[in-house]
Amino acid sequence: MCVAAPGKVVRCYEVDGLLMGEVDFGGVTREVCLAHVPEVQAGEQVMVHAGFALEIIAAAEVEQFYTLWQEVLAARPGGPPAAAPEAEDSP
Amino acid sequence: MNLAPFRDPGIAAWLIAEIHAAQKHPWVLMETCGGQTHAILRLGLDQLLPRELELVHGPGCPVCVTPAGLIDQAIALAGCPGVLLATFADMMRVPGSAGTLFEARAAGAEVHMVYSALDALALARRMPKREVVFFAIGFETTAPGSALAVARARREGIRNFSLLMAHVLVPPAMRALLQSPDNRVQGYLAAGHACAILGWEPYEALAAEFGVPIVVTGFEAADLLRGILRLVQMLEAGEARVENAYERVVRREGNTRAQAQMDGVFEVCAREWRGIGLLPDSGLQLRPEWAAWDAQRKFGDLASPSAAASECISGEILQGLKKPPACPAWGGRCTPAHPLGAPMVSGEGACAAYYTYQYIPEEEGPARHALPEGLTR
Amino acid sequence: MSGDKIQLGHGSGGRMMAGLIHDLFKRRFGNPFLDPLDDGALLPGLAPGERLAFATDSFVVDPIFFPGGSIGDLAVNGTVNDLCMCGSRPLWLSAGFILEEGLELADLEGIVGDMAAAAARAGVQIVTGDTKVVERGQADRLFINTSGIGVIAHQVTLGSRHLRPGDRLIVSGTLGDHGIAVLSRRRDLGFTTPLLSDTAPLHELSALLLECCGEALHALRDPTRGGLAATCHEFAQGSGVEIRLEERALPVRREVAAACELLGLDPLYLANEGKLVAAVAGEAADRALQTLRDHPLGREAALIGEVHAGKTGIVAMRSFLGAWRMVDLPAGELLPRIC
Repeated sequence: MCVAAPGKVVRCYEVDGLLMGEVDFGGVTREVCLAHVPEVQAGEQVMVHAGFALEIIAAAEVEQFYTLWQEVLAARPGGPPAAAPEAEDSP
Repeated sequence: MNLAPFRDPGIAAWLIAEIHAAQKHPWVLMETCGGQTHAILRLGLDQLLPRELELVHGPGCPVCVTPAGLIDQAIALAGCPGVLLATFADMMRVPGSAGTLFEARAAGAEVHMVYSALDALALARRMPKREVVFFAIGFETTAPGSALAVARARREGIRNFSLLMAHVLVPPAMRALLQSPDNRVQGYLAAGHACAILGWEPYEALAAEFGVPIVVTGFEAADLLRGILRLVQMLEAGEARVENAYERVVRREGNTRAQAQMDGVFEVCAREWRGIGLLPDSGLQLRPEWAAWDAQRKFGDLASPSAAASECISGEILQGLKKPPACPAWGGRCTPAHPLGAPMVSGEGACAAYYTYQYIPEEEGPARHALPEGLTR
Repeated sequence: MSGDKIQLGHGSGGRMMAGLIHDLFKRRFGNPFLDPLDDGALLPGLAPGERLAFATDSFVVDPIFFPGGSIGDLAVNGTVNDLCMCGSRPLWLSAGFILEEGLELADLEGIVGDMAAAAARAGVQIVTGDTKVVERGQADRLFINTSGIGVIAHQVTLGSRHLRPGDRLIVSGTLGDHGIAVLSRRRDLGFTTPLLSDTAPLHELSALLLECCGEALHALRDPTRGGLAATCHEFAQGSGVEIRLEERALPVRREVAAACELLGLDPLYLANEGKLVAAVAGEAADRALQTLRDHPLGREAALIGEVHAGKTGIVAMRSFLGAWRMVDLPAGELLPRIC
């Protein structure tokens, strides 16, 4: 179940009291309901399912994962992966 | 979001090697979510894992477990004059006891596919002379959206909108699997996005009561492999805990706002799971004060009780007791083009996933373990 | 022409129809073959050794205007490309219109303008046609059929029956652009993207491939409805071979990948309207690839797979993790999913 895609909140706005946002999924943009993540800020990433943001994606966790694996793979022959994950401006 | 690290082949290969290194005994694991089944087979993960690690597929496909009777209800409603049935596209091809929503639409029923519950509400707002019924399927991942749509309908005074409730909850299904005397599963990958809503607290009691490790797992290659690795490590060490391997999205307490949204509108009820039977406290229904937005209370039960006559062994599939190729109809009488049951229709049902993705190359491909008897095309 | 909408009179053979034909179709498509407006066009014969290719296609796409083009572009490029995939040089097209009563004349003019421009770009002439008007509700604004004739001056025979083990598969560019561009216009899905349809004529690419590969070129196909998956299945079935694709090698734009993630779709099954898949003998693969990349429409061409003797009719793909899995055809219409 649960086809969900991560996207970056471009801007937040209210529609008759309902918190909505324009979310960029990597060149594809859609309006998403942010009511369940009211503290989200523009620029943050959210996990979106059926038009609703389920959760804010914790950037620190992503960073931590990447750093950890950089170290793990650096210790192997073949070295670490090539590109840094946060280099892109948009998702 | 740059998913590259979670899809990095180097990281995946390292995790696979770790799993091979950690595994000393045979283990049977279940991934509870249909999306995980789909991802595992699409990536070919089942071929890269140790031979003695068996993955069985669970009931986490809300499309597959929606009872035929509810589908019949949806079709009947769609055929009523003035009624428009809004549904996720996933349900269009699932057979009820006699036909699908697709066929109903072709016969003239008003069926609209929507991406979100709010889109269904928008239809009701735009067409005040139509009765819009939203087929509310899905697990706890999807339920908060349905709840919010109904709350908005009340706030805006929209009375021509109602839900045909089919939401189900994962933890009670897991409890039913764990209690079954036929259960062989020793470790569970919990459904990451469902856990994003309810958290993993509900699984702690299950882990303790049944002595099984449970790992909250996501859907990318690295997510799935990390989940599997932790399960193998815990099983080898004799540990039975709940761990979170989807930290970037899931917190122990889940999303309390989404939970509050659901609690305000829905209450837990017994629900029939197609192929499994009636499970207590496993579904959601609208609270009495929301009766005006409940399609079944509004329109009554339009469908006659369904006869369950079919060769489909979906119950055994969804409980992980059999693999799809073991079903005599699989791949022959039952294919995605003419499905006998729900797990073959749904894009993430186990039967469809096996049919769509399982492949055995003629000569040597990359290193892989041999598949059991009968797992060929 | 009276009024600003198509009326039943525009199809009834009288003054209104004559007006439509002269003022719109003849004015935009005009050429010596069409101008007499006889029942059929008289065309030159073949030179010795030449063969003919003949193709037909009908266009019912909704919406009729989409980012990057219209049904008019598809109607010309679609048949042009079918003729190119046969190895021919497309020359002459027919255009049959079924118009719904109430269709905006401005829309029809826009579409006919697109057809004229596409024909000029592809070097073809629209030499004969037909117009019918049906009552409101009997057609979804308009349907177009184009049939076309192309000439084959060389001796190479292309076809889905001609693949051999050892052949390599090349795609001329990114997958799924058209499919997603069209989906983005569907209101019920509600997403926006700057992505444009890739609709384009492939006559230059096919001619270049024939020139560079000759007999080493075994088959060409444009992966329209059903996408790359459908084309590979046609090849695998047609030649009784097994096709193996490399997921890592498939060129997919990030916007298409993002839309697929959002909607639960797979780029393998999305339509392309300006791409080709070529099956070439192994030894010719590198030069075929370079030939495509040297052309503006083929900059992102990629080697995506191989033909094996293996299991007849099977199409398989090596995932980016290195494991094999099947590429099946979807049972029916491709639908977005949330589960």
